[in-house]
Amino acid sequence: MNTEIKYACGSDLMSDVLAYFKPGSLLLTGLTNIQSVRTADIAEVKAIVYVRGKRPDKDAVDLAIKLNIPLLSAKCMMYEACGLLYSHGLPGVGEKSKG
Amino acid sequence: MSVENILWEKFNITGRDFKNAGSVSIKIKEILKQVGINSSIVRRVAIATYEAEMNVVMYANKGILNFSLSPEKIEINVEDEGPGIEDIELAMQEGYSTATEEMREMGFGAGMGLPNIKKNADEFEISSEVGKGTKVGIIINLKKET
Repeated sequence: MNTEIKYACGSDLMSDVLAYFKPGSLLLTGLTNIQSVRTADIAEVKAIVYVRGKRPDKDAVDLAIKLNIPLLSAKCMMYEACGLLYSHGLPGVGEKSKG
Repeated sequence: MSVENILWEKFNITGRDFKNAGSVSIKIKEILKQVGINSSIVRRVAIATYEAEMNVVMYANKGILNFSLSPEKIEINVEDEGPGIEDIELAMQEGYSTATEEMREMGFGAGMGLPNIKKNADEFEISSEVGKGTKVGIIINLKKET
């Protein structure tokens, strides 16, 4: 996996992902079904991090392999996962990229 | 590769088929990428189509999506057989939603679907008949109007 991420955003609402995300973003979400992967593909999300220790279901994993979207899982809550990435310099989709 | 010929394709969408919901839009996105359409246009078409497709899956019994590509524009027309929309003006407002719990569990039903389509389209049309169905027309221009 060699993917450059410029922005990140957390959302469980897929329409918000479609409305606000910039291409090449990282999506943090608690939604583990196949729609998280389809939405990511449509919005050109580079990778998905499932928060709260959640793991995607089989349909989601199968589609992600097909569409070449890396899936990750983090044990922490949404707020903490976003906070950690933000404090390490990864900007949100509402900001200008630092890279 | 330049686009010389008109491409036309018709897709069926099945209501309540959440497993395949969105697959038509992904297919259209792949077609547009293959013929070399500009990536920001591909993304706009994909988002508008996906929202329209999800609306059929969530609310209607079935629907037909007609996709056409010409050198000037991309046209998406979605026609469904379903409950229709009583108050289109209200349905166009961000945040207004009649979604069920099942739809919300899928991550949809936040009341952003129709506004998202309009935002990504150059031309957007919607008409609906209660008890019959809804028609949505989307045009995204490939060339700037002169």
